[in-house]
Parts: sequence; C-alpha cells; structure tokens
Amino acid sequence: MEDARRTVEAVARASYGRLLAYLSSETRDVVGAEDALGDALLAALTSWPKDGVPRQPESWLLTAARHRLIDQARRRRVRDEHEGTLRRLAAESTATAVAGGTFPDRRAELLFVCAHPAIEPALHTPLMLQTVLGVDAARIAQAFLVPPATMGQRLVRAKQKIRQAGIPFEVPQDHELPERLDAVLEAIYAAYDLGRDDAAGIDPRAQDLADEAVWLARVVRERLPEEPEIRGLLALMLFCDARRAARRTPDGRYVPLSEQDPGSWSTSAIREAETELGAAARGGRIGRFQLEAAIQSVHAERAQTGRTDWAAIVVFYEHLVQLAPTLGARVAQAAAVAEAHGAAAGLALLDTIDRAAVATYQPFWAVRAHLLRQVGEGVDAVEAYDRAIGLTEDPAIRRFLLERRG
Amino acid sequence: MKYIMLIYETPQNLESRKDGERDPYVAAWRAYHKALIAAGAYVGGAPLKNVATATTVRLREGRRHVQDGPFAEAKEQLGGFVILDVASLDAALEWAVRCPAVASGAIEVRPVDVDYHATFVEP
Repeated sequence: MEDARRTVEAVARASYGRLLAYLSSETRDVVGAEDALGDALLAALTSWPKDGVPRQPESWLLTAARHRLIDQARRRRVRDEHEGTLRRLAAESTATAVAGGTFPDRRAELLFVCAHPAIEPALHTPLMLQTVLGVDAARIAQAFLVPPATMGQRLVRAKQKIRQAGIPFEVPQDHELPERLDAVLEAIYAAYDLGRDDAAGIDPRAQDLADEAVWLARVVRERLPEEPEIRGLLALMLFCDARRAARRTPDGRYVPLSEQDPGSWSTSAIREAETELGAAARGGRIGRFQLEAAIQSVHAERAQTGRTDWAAIVVFYEHLVQLAPTLGARVAQAAAVAEAHGAAAGLALLDTIDRAAVATYQPFWAVRAHLLRQVGEGVDAVEAYDRAIGLTEDPAIRRFLLERRG
Repeated sequence: MKYIMLIYETPQNLESRKDGERDPYVAAWRAYHKALIAAGAYVGGAPLKNVATATTVRLREGRRHVQDGPFAEAKEQLGGFVILDVASLDAALEWAVRCPAVASGAIEVRPVDVDYHATFVEP
C-alpha cells in the first residue's frame, strides 16, 4: 500500500513534465491535460495498491489520462478534430504500453510555448515551473511575492490563452530560434535567480527553485545541443551553484565572494561548468550567458591560483554591457573596474548610471558605499550604506552591511 | 497608488527600540526609512508606543465604554504604520519584504480607498 503510493509519487515526480508536455501537445489544452493527468494520478493511487504497480507505470498513466481527455471532450460535446485524434492515440498508447514502448519527449516544445511572445513575460517562468516541473501554484506565488489565489488565476488565464490563441507546440524554425530561445533562457535564469536571491539559502524550497532551473536548462540542452547560449546559461548556473555552501557561515552569516574560502566551493560543479562553457565556446557564437559564465569561470580560477584576474573580468564585462546593458551588469562592471583600476574609476562608472533607475536597486548602493569608503568619503559612504541597508531583503546581508557601515 | 503598511512587531522588536541606534533593528529601521524617502515612495507614517499604552473606546446605547488595551490582542502587536505611494501592489509588497520587522513579525499591506476618501475630503 505504502509502496504503491511511493511509486505513484516517484513516477509523478520523474515523469509529470514529460506526460503533461506530451498530452497537451496534442490538443494545446494544457488545463485539460493537467486535469486529466491529475485524475490519472488519483486513479493510480486507488488502483495500484489493489492491483499492483503496472510494469510500465508511465504508459499506464498516459493511457488513463488520455481516456480522461476523451471523456472531457465528450462532456464538452466538442466535435472537433481532437476527439478523433485522441481516440486513435488512446488506442496507440494502450498498444505501446503493452509493447513496453516509450513516448516522445516534448518538454522542450512546452518550454517554448511557456515563453511564447503571446504570453505575458512575467508569466513565462511561473508557467514553466508549473507545467514542466509540476511545482504547485502556491509555492510559485511565494517565490514571486504574489498571493496564491492571484498566481493561480494568472496561470489559468495564460494556459487558456495557449489554447485560444493556438500557440503551437514546436521548437521554432531557424530564423525565429535565437529570439525565441532568448525568452526561454531568460525565464529559466529568472527561476534560478529566485532561488539564489531568497535569503540565499535560508528557505530550502527556494534553493529547490535554483535546482529546478538547472534541470530545465538540461532539458533544453538535450534538445538543442548545438546552441551555445544554453550551455552558457547552464555553465553560469553551475558556477554560481558551486559556491552555494560558501555563501554562509555555519551560523548563517553572509560571506561575500571575495571573502569566501575557495576550498569550500564544489569542484564537481565547477568542472561540469567548465566543460559546458568549453563546448559553448566551440560553437563560435558569443552571447550574454556565455560572457557571464566566463566571468564566473575567472572567479572559479581563484581555487587554483589563489588570486582573481580582475583585468580579464573587466574585459568580459565590457563585452557584456555592450550586449546586454542591464542594471546588474553595469553595477557589477563598476565593481570589477574598481578592483582592477581603483575605487575612483569604479565610482566614475557608477556615476554614469541614471539615478532614477537605481532608486530601489540595492546592489548599486552597496557597491557605491563600499567604494566611497575606500576613497575616504566617509560621510557619503554611510549615506550609501543606509540606502543599501534600507533596500535589503535578506536579514543576513542586512546584518553584514550594518556591520560594514559601522 | 497609495498603500498602507500596518507593521506588526514582536515583543522583542518593540523592546529593542529603547537601545536606539546601537541596536541593529533600530539602525535597520533608520536606513529603511531613508531608502523609502530617497526612492520617493514615502508619504507618511509613525511608530506607535507599546500596546500597554493603548485605550479602546466604544459608544453603545449612548454609553461610553472605555477599555484598557488594544482592540485585538495578538502575539505580534501593531507597532506602527507607513503610507506608501508606489506604482502597484507588487511594488508595495517589495517594500514590505524589505521592512526590518518582516523577518520576525508581519506586514499587512492594504490599498488606500482614494475614491471613498474623496467623498468626504474638502477639495
């Protein structure tokens, strides 16, 4: 009994995204496919403990879900072309289940649907998390600082739009691919950032989000192994992940990168990241994520050399800022320039950033405070520290900045 | 849009006020207040004294009922309020999670009913 329940959970965890992607790709009806798959999982919970776990649990779930989809179609009395398709596929899937066959992985297609330009950009990441990974709406809402009911409604509307607008379940054609892929990668990186930002490791559920993002990147890479930016993104996330344990002392105090002990970085994550970045570079097409990964790669070298090659980092940031002049990149560039050429040079670069844009941007004020202190502008430094402290969400970082401010 | 943040603080938080700037909680509040003003989000607000100083008044059937203590008792106490002027609820919630009280207490965020307010405020 207990075993059967655990099997259902294990199959659900491992196969949810694949099953949902495949089921919804037939009809473009993600909501219907979710309901059907949910029903199938419930049915498994009642029948597997009685009748034993089937030899092909995935195929069993697929067949059960398809029968539900046909029932749904009947109930709606929709005589559209899908019903015939579904009936045929249900027969096929029963056959494959018997033959022990498998079904195509359409998760990459589903990711492109989630990040389609017709879907509001703010919903790309939540949709991916819910459909491909089966993360529940309440947990997504938490990460995005939105009430659970609101997030649930937004997700349902977005999924209805997928069907109503007829968004195709396909990996875009060559000429469309770069732009569409950017949207997918941005959304995956946003998921990673949520996990990393979260009070950096206090909430284990948020750390899960970072893991899920790495996992999503692997799904896309499997499908498009020739795209260097996917590997760049994967490398970037793995480099950052390698430092996960080093970001906090055992008693929860924040440790900035420059003070981290490279001995506590994960060498296996760094090795994998280097491999991905190397493979990306052979693609011969530089991109934002490869540059960001390259910067992290230089930081990772400190584990071997004991020093940081700031001049190299500055060069990478120059390229990055040309390619993607985000606030984050520009502030980080100023910090790198300060390390390479002195605090005054870093401050001069910070001064070129529009003040209105950074009114609520914590990293700008933290870097500025640090550099002002170095050039001996004590009063202005305290002022900037206060701005940074007031904009900080993570209590450990707040405490760190308060101590620095003095 | 205007929002109010009702700030519910723990007894420990309220206690730390008496130490002034030396206490990290108070220092964080000072910085938070400064950041709110600098970002143009701050309309007004104030810290309140301990709930032990609260008095609750009712008028029932012409009789005044004056009661010692707050309207509602809870472990966290209403310790103060801030009125924000920001673009959206999302922006208001961003400010709420930065509030020094939020890690141990709670912040209730509510939009100000400007339409209703306009019906009884002189132009």
